[in-house]
Amino acid sequence: MVAHSVLGSRHLGWWLLRGVAGLSMIYILLPLIFVTWLSFFYQEIPSFPPEGYSLRWYKAIATNDRFASGFLLSMQLGVIATVLGLMVGVPAALCLSRYRFRGREALNSLLLLPLVVPGVVLGMALYVSHVEVEIATGIPILGSLGGLLTGHVLVVIPWTVRLVFASLAGFDRTLEEAAQNLGADRWTTFRRITLPSILPGVVAAAMFGFVSSFGNLEMSLFLVGPGRTTLPIAILQYLEWKIDPTIAAVSVLQILLIGAAMLITDRFVKISRVV
Amino acid sequence: MAKLELEKLTKRYGDFYAVRDVSLEVAEGEFLVLLGPSGCGKTTTLRMIAGFVEPTSGAVRIGGQDITWQPPWKRNTGLVFQSYALFPHLTVNQNVAFGLEMRKVPQSELAYRTAEALRLVRLDHLGDRLPRQLSGGQQQRVALARALVFHPDVLLLDEPLSNLDAKLRQEVRVEIRELQRQLGITTVMVTHDQEEALTMADRLVVMNEGAVRQVGTQRDLYERPADRFVADFVGRSTFIDGRIASPGVFRTEGGLALRCNGGAVGEASLALRPERISISPVPLDDVDNTLEGTVEFISYLGAQIDFHVRVSPRERLVVQIANRAGDFSPDVGDLVHVGWSSSDARVFSRSAEADRAHVHRKENQREVANG
Repeated sequence: MVAHSVLGSRHLGWWLLRGVAGLSMIYILLPLIFVTWLSFFYQEIPSFPPEGYSLRWYKAIATNDRFASGFLLSMQLGVIATVLGLMVGVPAALCLSRYRFRGREALNSLLLLPLVVPGVVLGMALYVSHVEVEIATGIPILGSLGGLLTGHVLVVIPWTVRLVFASLAGFDRTLEEAAQNLGADRWTTFRRITLPSILPGVVAAAMFGFVSSFGNLEMSLFLVGPGRTTLPIAILQYLEWKIDPTIAAVSVLQILLIGAAMLITDRFVKISRVV
Repeated sequence: MAKLELEKLTKRYGDFYAVRDVSLEVAEGEFLVLLGPSGCGKTTTLRMIAGFVEPTSGAVRIGGQDITWQPPWKRNTGLVFQSYALFPHLTVNQNVAFGLEMRKVPQSELAYRTAEALRLVRLDHLGDRLPRQLSGGQQQRVALARALVFHPDVLLLDEPLSNLDAKLRQEVRVEIRELQRQLGITTVMVTHDQEEALTMADRLVVMNEGAVRQVGTQRDLYERPADRFVADFVGRSTFIDGRIASPGVFRTEGGLALRCNGGAVGEASLALRPERISISPVPLDDVDNTLEGTVEFISYLGAQIDFHVRVSPRERLVVQIANRAGDFSPDVGDLVHVGWSSSDARVFSRSAEADRAHVHRKENQREVANG
């Protein structure tokens, strides 16, 4: 009798867990589902129920130059910022995980700061500093690609440092000693032993860095120059005039792109193992 | 393959001496074992030979060449790690070939020598596996092949058997020793397991608190331990505290008068090997010392039996006898006679021991104080 009720209560708990998990899933997926649904609506002003379905908004993207150039710029920025972010983040993570030195904690916090500081504040601060630097040196940074890139590298760095640092935690340093004992110098040891071992973390860092750069809006608003618009800004500008489902279609394409990137990455390294 | 020399090798961390004035010579092809409890400095010594720890002072020479300040990758030593440290993302073949690759050995020779090294450890059929697909014993042999394949001047073994189960350990011990002899490679092994040390070594170095306590063969250490620490660490000893009352007479704290060899008059300890003591139901007449006692405790170990015999209110001896049918085998509470020859007991002056221990304690206290 007692055993039965215990079994019953466990069943109840199990169902509760499933229910909560299911609701959470729906909560997360609902916007994605609605956006996707909306992008196929025929009418210009989104309203329910749809008057019909069409692919006309996808065609509209193709004919809109601002989306195409925004997409290209965002891709370019994302890739370069990710590469630069890795070049800073990987060595930084190595130092942080191996050496105990004065100011280590401070450095750690500093490198994570761009993640904590609101994008508007970051953008504003960079904008002001660009203005000052330009006045002082005469180098045209304001609104340049380089200026925009510095901001995006900042956004990428916290991801690379954090994720590479996490993957180094599970790395056995005697492997490096073994390699050196076998005749590998420091650089060869890093290239042949350390890097392959932390590769899942590096790939995840690159992907998260790229996504955060690609989707960045607030900070970029301060740093873009005339004729240089990232995709999120192009979307925002479009939204100021129109609310037709073109935006939904663009969003669907973005979701597909990032989803594909995740799936491809997952084939090489199990994302669930590092994040 | 070459001679290895350590000259007054010292590693100091602040005021704490991890290794102090260690001077050793390992002959070409010799198998030397560094033996000692954990924290005695044996691993630090090994790591200084491999180049992972920079000595505070002293020198390391291989084949007469001073390598004290060379980085690990320029030294030709093969190190087998306690954890094996096999590269998890490389196959067994790639692991073994790594050292050859670093030495820019041409591809054809590399493949041949890799296969040869794996054949040596009887794993040539598993070359395409990844380390995690191998058992502990197989991983250990891969680590050995990887350390041997590039013909190192010196083979270094850091507790290589401690991760294997007891049965396998005995086999691998013999295997490593035979391989080492066959290749004639100068070898230094570090272990805290005295049985392992005794079965494998040509010569042993007993270390404690960063310093060498005694260097010698198994027989030297066992029959003529230099001090109480060695007598206690190598083999087993029962210690009886007391004093040398006059030359040849040892008076125990429990009031027994025993005959002994040597020792200066003063505070001393008598060390007795359990298997060198005879036990009998009647008084023994062919030994220098014979005592009456009561069996208080018996450990049945299979091949041997330990009897703990109370010989005075203050003193209890451990007597070990081989477990043979028909031999005298008393029960707990039985009255027995035990005896030994003076030549089987070692006398250690306690004042010298105490001085030495005191110095070490002081040094380490200072280390703690300086934190």
